[in-house]
Amino acid sequence: MQPVSTIHYLVLSAALLLIGTVGVLTRRNIVIILMSIELILNAVNINLIAFSHALHQVTGQVFAIFVITDAVAEAAVGLGILIALFRNRETLQADEIDLLKW
Amino acid sequence: MDVILFLIFATIAVVAAVNVVVQSHPISSAISLIGVMGSLAVLYLLLGAEFIAAAQVIVYAGAVMVLFLFVIMLLNAGTETRQSKSETAHLLGVPALLVFALLLAYFIRSQPDSGVHFGGFTGGSAQAVGRALFTTYLLPFEVTSVLILIAIVGAIVLARKEI
Repeated sequence: MQPVSTIHYLVLSAALLLIGTVGVLTRRNIVIILMSIELILNAVNINLIAFSHALHQVTGQVFAIFVITDAVAEAAVGLGILIALFRNRETLQADEIDLLKW
Repeated sequence: MDVILFLIFATIAVVAAVNVVVQSHPISSAISLIGVMGSLAVLYLLLGAEFIAAAQVIVYAGAVMVLFLFVIMLLNAGTETRQSKSETAHLLGVPALLVFALLLAYFIRSQPDSGVHFGGFTGGSAQAVGRALFTTYLLPFEVTSVLILIAIVGAIVLARKEI
């Protein structure tokens, strides 16, 4: 059986990135759009840690910690915006929120 | 052993990620996302990143997903209504996806290929990560703490009654 290499991890990361992008572009529920963004950020983390292993440096893992922190901050603020939005518009569908559309 | 573990958990991650996108109810998506996070934590362990694997389980599968589930329950988000897809998306989507996949394959093939085996890199302990984090990357670390403070203040202000 072929041994695992860095390429395999990069392909997995690309797959998760594509799935997350499809989720952001096609879904209308804002909660699921935020979850798809989390998928995309996880794809970034796989890349960073795979290269950290390939290059034998810990730098990639430090940056993965920063990405995790940013994802948490993004989720907190995003869900806060979502609660404020729901209180005003009573909807979670992205296509029904068109106040700035002309 | 490495190959088997990688295949099992990579398959779980991809299947659960597809499930996140195709499920119509947000609760099912959130549960699937927990599966993605858990299997990715195992993959990080295979790459020798112990601290990140622990942080992944605690922060993502613990804190973030509880936050998501809490908001889903709070807002009572129901199933979404399907609408008709646009024609231009179908016409442009397939060629754009092909071009993107080709570019991606080219860049992935151009990377240096090195074998991954468990124990090949042992610099991912909490000690090694902490040493890099608090010496070389001290300034980004402090900037990140300011970012978290801004996020906390922003979340509190946004979730207030009168906005």
